[in-house]
Amino acid sequence: MALMAGTLHVVEYNVLVFRRIWRGSIAVSFFTPLFFLAAMGVGLGGLVNRSSGGVNGVPYLDFLAPGLIAAACVQTAAIEAMYPILARIMWDKTYEAALATPVTISDLIRGEVVWITIRMFIVAAMFWLVMYLFGVGHSLASLLAIPASILTGLAFATPIIAFTATRRNDNGFAAINRFVIIPLYLLGGTFFPIAKLPLALQVLAWATPLAHGVALARGVVLGNVSASDAALHAAVPLAYFAAGLIIARALLMKRLAK
Amino acid sequence: MSVLTRRTAPLRVPTRSIHMVERNVMAYRHNWIIILSGFFEPVLYLLGIGFGLGSLVPAVSTGGGHTVSYAMFVAPALMATSAMNGAVYESTSNFFYKLRYAKTFEAVIQTPVGVEDAAMGEVIWAVIRGCLYSIGFVVIMEALGLIASPWGGVLSVLAALLIGFAFAALGTAITTFMRQWQDHEIIQLALQPMFLFSATFFPITIYPPLLQAFVAITPLYRSIHLIRGLTTGQVDASLLVDVLYLVLLGLVGVVVASLRLRRRLLK
Amino acid sequence: MSDSNSLILARQLTKRFGDLTAVDTIDFEVAKGEAFGFLGPNGAGKTSTMRMIGGVSPVTSGLLTIFGLDPARHGPTIRARLGVVPQADTLDLELTVRENLMIYSRYFDLSWREGARRADELLEFVQLKERSKDKVDELSGGMKRRLTIARALINSPELLLLDEPTTGLDPQARHLVWDRLYRLKQRGVTLVLTTHYMDEAEQLCDRLVVMDKARIAAEGSPRELIDRYSTREVLELRFPIDEQPALDGNLNDLAERIEVLPDRVLLYTGDGDEAIAAVHRRGLRPETALVRRSTLEDVFLRLTGRSLID
Repeated sequence: MALMAGTLHVVEYNVLVFRRIWRGSIAVSFFTPLFFLAAMGVGLGGLVNRSSGGVNGVPYLDFLAPGLIAAACVQTAAIEAMYPILARIMWDKTYEAALATPVTISDLIRGEVVWITIRMFIVAAMFWLVMYLFGVGHSLASLLAIPASILTGLAFATPIIAFTATRRNDNGFAAINRFVIIPLYLLGGTFFPIAKLPLALQVLAWATPLAHGVALARGVVLGNVSASDAALHAAVPLAYFAAGLIIARALLMKRLAK
Repeated sequence: MSVLTRRTAPLRVPTRSIHMVERNVMAYRHNWIIILSGFFEPVLYLLGIGFGLGSLVPAVSTGGGHTVSYAMFVAPALMATSAMNGAVYESTSNFFYKLRYAKTFEAVIQTPVGVEDAAMGEVIWAVIRGCLYSIGFVVIMEALGLIASPWGGVLSVLAALLIGFAFAALGTAITTFMRQWQDHEIIQLALQPMFLFSATFFPITIYPPLLQAFVAITPLYRSIHLIRGLTTGQVDASLLVDVLYLVLLGLVGVVVASLRLRRRLLK
Repeated sequence: MSDSNSLILARQLTKRFGDLTAVDTIDFEVAKGEAFGFLGPNGAGKTSTMRMIGGVSPVTSGLLTIFGLDPARHGPTIRARLGVVPQADTLDLELTVRENLMIYSRYFDLSWREGARRADELLEFVQLKERSKDKVDELSGGMKRRLTIARALINSPELLLLDEPTTGLDPQARHLVWDRLYRLKQRGVTLVLTTHYMDEAEQLCDRLVVMDKARIAAEGSPRELIDRYSTREVLELRFPIDEQPALDGNLNDLAERIEVLPDRVLLYTGDGDEAIAAVHRRGLRPETALVRRSTLEDVFLRLTGRSLID
């Protein structure tokens, strides 16, 4: 029980902060997928379907949507793991204040991870809903895209938290965005199959959690993935998440201990 | 009580804006890595969107019987968007940061440099940064064989300058209305649908006629139309319309920004 | 009534923010070469007045000329001859110490070479030469203030405006700043400063106005004000807490004026020692008795019934 208490307080804090902006956040979580699926899925999709009959026979919209859910979770996770956490370490000194109470560093990390998961859940669920409204994923199994996407996001959350723990200013965040998040977003199998990339980049892409997360989400929505493949695809993000957690804890401890 | 009483001088011509640019150059000398890494993006987008998606869409019709490769269709749109994003980022996030938190302008207005110079200087700086990225973009496009006519590249850079000016002025004007950090997220929210629907990834002809008419009056579409015409070699009178549109947008933005800045700083 | 030697002239100067009147029909003149002060507590209207003089705040009504010019019409010309040290540090955090001075010189249209020369000279003057290449946020509060002063001098101004120049500084830093300001005064720079520190006003100012609640309560040199509104000496008595009220009336004829404060009683008299003797003769036994000279604090207390620092 004591284990959960500290974690819970961190989550509560986040909820308090979120209460001021939740309306806008929910709206964004609805309209962003709406716009994306309309423009890319239908608009661009029409072009793709006419030219090449879809992606390996799958209509472009169906191919695109599940990957976008995973990508959206990654972006949410990245943002939440960067600025707010740095602010709590450095500027607001929230962590410092919290650590003066029975709350521990493990609580802090766990709490933040739980909160990021909650945020991602909202994003993924809304996205799934919009996808459903566009006529994609009308099966029970497609709901699994939500946890698959959340897992993908978590695979980025903890390593980024570890990175944030070492920061003294926010310069590095732009770099991460530019050299990691955006390249993966564009080339990680969301918009077109990884197989279309040059071989070297293909290998690189499959080494990252996003490619697997996207493949997993797509697989459960389209219903064309085997259980063993699904397990493999889930294992990679899980590994990133676990490794990130350990490193984040060590670095945060170093940073906040006096 | 209106700020524009007889006690306030009319707007001056900003003759000292160059000093604001000098200041920004000085500050960025410490941060040049960020500028350099900005060139990474065009390559990425061209690869990902241009060739990646291009593997799924072999050719696109650009009207009048012309068809181009998908990469050739999308690249100018990405360039225009990049010019827009750069200008907007500088004139909103960066500018707002300076206004609200760094109080950079408080010190400046104690000197002969006035409010008009500050506003204009910020716009010019945003344009310069945008220009750097545009040149990078054109160089890469040339290298990848995505520019049809010999003059297309140079003219596109000039066009990108104009686009940057228009959006920087617009962005600066909007920023003067912002009260808190969260407000600039609203700007991002507005940019996103504009980016997606301005005939960036697919021709405008996909839309029903009514929607086409609506999109045709939005600034990003006009910017994309301008650069796409220049790089694909489809030059006609409609490009002139684009130019006039952007010039007008920019002027309105600068005037509004100056008036608002004055109200905000001279209390 | 304008004196051709006045650098600043204000008549019925008023500043209003909506319903709030920050500066209420004040008159004052600042002559060339003098050190002029606005003394008053926080919220008196000093900063608003300074901002109007500096040309960054439009005048609501009344007359204000600087160098004989109207700030509304000749802003840039006036500001080119002005140096301003504002209350809050407005240093550029993204630039180094030296770069702050360099870019400021550019705002005044000085050449890079001239700016560099002056920057080095000024860094020497405020003793920040060794920190030239440091980022501004690495400096202490006192150093930042010195840098701001150096910056305000980059254009060799005829008139230097300082808004609370030593607020928040430790004693050593304060004295260094005062010393530098005094040297500037010797060089002929006209100083106008605001402060709520009486020692600062007494040390630096040739003339000052006492401001309270948007109006000017008195004007004159520190010496004149003390002579006019206070006695030569003050006897401060502290009594045990419950005994003080009983004294009302008991001490009245012992001094020219008496101020009863929450923790002390002040007896204003020409001769403090005589007053102490008189108190003892009355049979009163104060816990402490201190004789000191009158200060501007006493002047302010007399004029407004409140102390400078609230």
